[in-house]
Amino acid sequence: MPHRTFFWFMFPSLLAMILFIALPIGSVMTQSLFVKHDQVTIVTENCGPFGCQEEVVVDVEATRALQEADPLGRFNGFGTYTDRNHLAFAEVSEAWNTTESWSEFGSFLMNLPFYRALAFTLSYTAIVTPFVIVLGLAIALGVNSLPRIVKGPTIFISLLPMIVTPLIGGLVLFWMVDADGILGAALQNIFDDPRLSVKASAPLTWLMLFIYGIWHSAPFAFVVFYAGLQTVPSETLEAAQIDGANRWQRIRYVTIPYMMPLVVFVILIQLMDNFRVFEPIVAFSAQANASSLSTFIYDDLRGDTALFGSAAATSMMTIVGVCILLSPVLLRTWRDFNRKRA
Amino acid sequence: MSAATQRRPKGLVIVSTGFVILWLILAAFPFVWTMWGSFKVEADFFSKADWTYALTGVRTTVETGAPFTGNGYYGAWVTNEFWRAVMNTMIIVVSVVVISLTLGTLGGYALARSGYRYAFWILMAALVFRAMPHITLVSGYLLPFFQWNLWGHLPTTIIVLVAINQPFTLWMLHSFFLNIPKDMDESAMVDGCTRFQAFRYVIIPVMWPGVITTGLFSFLLAYNDFAVTSMLLSRENQTMVPKIASFLGSTFDAGNVMYAVAAVVSAMLPLFVLVLFFQRQIVSGLTAGAVKG
Repeated sequence: MPHRTFFWFMFPSLLAMILFIALPIGSVMTQSLFVKHDQVTIVTENCGPFGCQEEVVVDVEATRALQEADPLGRFNGFGTYTDRNHLAFAEVSEAWNTTESWSEFGSFLMNLPFYRALAFTLSYTAIVTPFVIVLGLAIALGVNSLPRIVKGPTIFISLLPMIVTPLIGGLVLFWMVDADGILGAALQNIFDDPRLSVKASAPLTWLMLFIYGIWHSAPFAFVVFYAGLQTVPSETLEAAQIDGANRWQRIRYVTIPYMMPLVVFVILIQLMDNFRVFEPIVAFSAQANASSLSTFIYDDLRGDTALFGSAAATSMMTIVGVCILLSPVLLRTWRDFNRKRA
Repeated sequence: MSAATQRRPKGLVIVSTGFVILWLILAAFPFVWTMWGSFKVEADFFSKADWTYALTGVRTTVETGAPFTGNGYYGAWVTNEFWRAVMNTMIIVVSVVVISLTLGTLGGYALARSGYRYAFWILMAALVFRAMPHITLVSGYLLPFFQWNLWGHLPTTIIVLVAINQPFTLWMLHSFFLNIPKDMDESAMVDGCTRFQAFRYVIIPVMWPGVITTGLFSFLLAYNDFAVTSMLLSRENQTMVPKIASFLGSTFDAGNVMYAVAAVVSAMLPLFVLVLFFQRQIVSGLTAGAVKG
């Protein structure tokens, strides 16, 4: 296709992506270098019967004028990145020198909001992804051996947790495990502890969010693997059987290697989706016990005074994180592409 | 494979069927339970006394005179104007699907037919864009949109959602277009079509299955979005998902949770109907990207 035609075909889509994806990244970058203006203060002298006192008053009018003249705020360089709410270099280096053991240092880090969000996001990604793969494969193998007539309805029901809006799916589960919901009440009965509440304890909240993530994403892995199972050549399976492989060996040494490209694909998609975990935390209103990078940004933007600079700095670091996460894939695709051209 | 080699030992059949049944219960029960509970009062659905109240509706009978009540739905749809959110969602979703598909088919076709290096780079950039959490982009929009008075309107949100969905749409349509042999448009062009005519009259007619599948996923992305719609829409333009979130956050009036439950069930049902009718397309769409690498 000539360059000119390509350009005109591509133009509308490219324009949309440049205007609303590439430029906003630039905007995030710029905003992250600025912080909100300090309030303008004036010192007035207040004289009463007991002598004069100096008083510091906020000049509301002047503050607003400054804000309107320069909505971005005050230039701060990389100050926002290194402050206590983000990378917290000063606090971390001090803790590094003063704390005695690794666990002490770790618990100090977990008190810093950015590191806590990062820790949750990474653990969510690292724990949910493998469970989704294994559960998805198990369901696919199970459904594959069902009689043909029940396969359709089975797939229909299996798709529901994935298709339903994440926020809604999160709410549905949350209402069940909340202290007065059916599962929450059952847990209280089982452990005989009327004050047991998933919402109140950090480890239980994390566990619940992981379970939600697996429940939500397993259908995706299931569907992909199920479609893959239909294409495993039966000759190879038969040959393996004649060679004396038992059922498990056939799955382990024929089916799974054959499905490996699909596993890689599911891992890639899952890494991308789990890294931006967001809605379930809002649905479980779990920000007190578990915050991800996304909810960290969301909370900054929603407060009474939106902290654009802080949100932008976290966003920049999240984008860098995504690039690091994707770099092996990008490198591999680049190599494949060059090989194909050569 | 012959039937004899296919036969499995009885124990294995029981274990694997039992496992699938367990999974189906896990997948469906939360939805069934919530739908059932949406016709009860709060004291039954979140029963402190006895969980069987939710089944028998003891408190519902006491409070409303019948074991089932539509109070949650009335409160959500009429008192809290959930219908307005439904209308907004419909406007947004339909516009996003139509615009995304128009831009996406053009771009996806060009990417599938161009062998140059820059096409590859566009696809790679789209992959990175697809992986980015939407909320990071939202934090880039807010300040400029406030400044230029673009914030809060439906058209702004539609365009933003289209742009955010573009990377995914491009990838999916690109892989569908790769499946259509190049000979088709080339022979059309030999017969005197321009490139665009070949695209419009020869390629698009055979692309319908792919376009419908991609349209379904654009629909789901727009319908399910929370990050963009909750941050970029003013209160009166809210769509369903942020509206539901606002039911939870706003007040602690009695029964307010039941409004949210009723609204959640109302927002869930269209999705169930969608899966019912388009199950085959959804399955093929999920696997399209995978099987072709």
